[in-house]
Amino acid sequence: MDLNSGDLNSPLSTGTTIIGVTYNGGVVLGADSRTSTGMYVANRASDKITQLTDNVYLCRSGSAADTQTISDYVRYFLHQHTIQLGQPTTVKVAANLVRLLAYNNKNMLQAGLIVGGWDKYEGGKIYGVPLGGTIIEQPFAIGGSGSSYLYGFFDQAWKEGMTQEEAEQLVVKAVSLAIARDGASGGVVRTVTINSEGVARKFYPGDSLPLWHEELEPHESLLDILSTSNPEPMVS
Amino acid sequence: MIVDSSSPAPTKNSLLLSSEADLQRTQTPYVTGTSVIAIKYKDGILIAADMGGSYGSTLRYKNVERIKPVGKHSLIGASGEISDFQEILRYLDELMLNDSMWDDGNSLGPKEVHNYLTRVMYNRRNKFNPLWNSLILGGVKNGQKYLGTVNMIGVHYEDNHVATGFGNHLARPILREEWNENLTFEEGVKLLEKCMRVLLYRDRSAVNKLQIAKITDEGFTISQPYSLKTQWKFKAFENPTVGAEGSW
Repeated sequence: MDLNSGDLNSPLSTGTTIIGVTYNGGVVLGADSRTSTGMYVANRASDKITQLTDNVYLCRSGSAADTQTISDYVRYFLHQHTIQLGQPTTVKVAANLVRLLAYNNKNMLQAGLIVGGWDKYEGGKIYGVPLGGTIIEQPFAIGGSGSSYLYGFFDQAWKEGMTQEEAEQLVVKAVSLAIARDGASGGVVRTVTINSEGVARKFYPGDSLPLWHEELEPHESLLDILSTSNPEPMVS
Repeated sequence: MIVDSSSPAPTKNSLLLSSEADLQRTQTPYVTGTSVIAIKYKDGILIAADMGGSYGSTLRYKNVERIKPVGKHSLIGASGEISDFQEILRYLDELMLNDSMWDDGNSLGPKEVHNYLTRVMYNRRNKFNPLWNSLILGGVKNGQKYLGTVNMIGVHYEDNHVATGFGNHLARPILREEWNENLTFEEGVKLLEKCMRVLLYRDRSAVNKLQIAKITDEGFTISQPYSLKTQWKFKAFENPTVGAEGSW
């Protein structure tokens, strides 16, 4: 059945929801876990937040192959750079390497990326590298097809100077809202929090996320509902 | 603008003058429902469908009833364009009304309704103006169970278990393994739920809110909307890229 040819792959957005948010002390990166080929969910628990160095991570949206390759190259360059420099890379250098690859190969790539990390000079930083290879430093960044549903949400909910807990909750809530409405996003919410102390990965399974409008409490089976609530849960 | 969906054959002049010849041609769907699955069981038919109405990749409507009764003996489940399904329900309503006006003590059974739908779908297809749906028609009359399907190009068949859309790829294999003709209501529900859960994991347009409907010689019931539990707490899901940075 030919469904909606064109709108799924419009140049500006690509399947997934990714988020990066700064807070007082570091950054929180978040993503959904759905990888799809057409309408089929090829991987329902993928990891879209990839490590570039100990202190810099990358959120990937767009072509899985393109973003994996970019992250492989950048990880390789940053590894050498760290050795030569003698100390951890800055987030800015990592983001600019990502930008160089994205920009110089813009005709061949479909990659929307968010670079986030912590370094001792600038603290927590988020850089968006959308399609085309623009680099833009932002207090928070959203990307992927699910992000369309979050512009209004962030306009309202974003605040400067949040605590780590506030930032994490904001990211999880946002990804969860996007999952509720974007067919290309789903699965679990993964977050990576990066600060002076290091890196912490968290995992929020799909059934632990809050329920939104018109979503219901899940059950094991209809049979459980029928046996507990009588007489007439069924409508004739 | 023409209100009546059957248009007069365009004359040579009108073809040259206007776009009337091309009034309605194969459309694109806008608000769509995904899979419907159905099985025969001991006492009748069970049909399951989620309540999603997608608008492209947006999960826009989450309270769409895609299973409806047809007369006393049948249930229809639809996937595809919702507005076309609503039109089909209007056609069926007119069909059943005209049937009861005969007042002859007879009433259309599921086999007849399925045949009517097949003719409607196929004729529309031949005019390049399809009803963009895949339909499942199930029912029981005089103890005889019937389960059939028909889609937008007029392909139609009956079977012990049928599905539309993704259900054909994900649910039918499960049903082929686990269906038997003596399923109880409980077993049937569990089997359909197993299929619906797989669809929830693997179909992008699936929504976690579904209804299961049953029809037997005694009548039909359509359940209240409810959601299924899903499994995500596998060790393998927690840190899938440890030792393989950059993979998925």
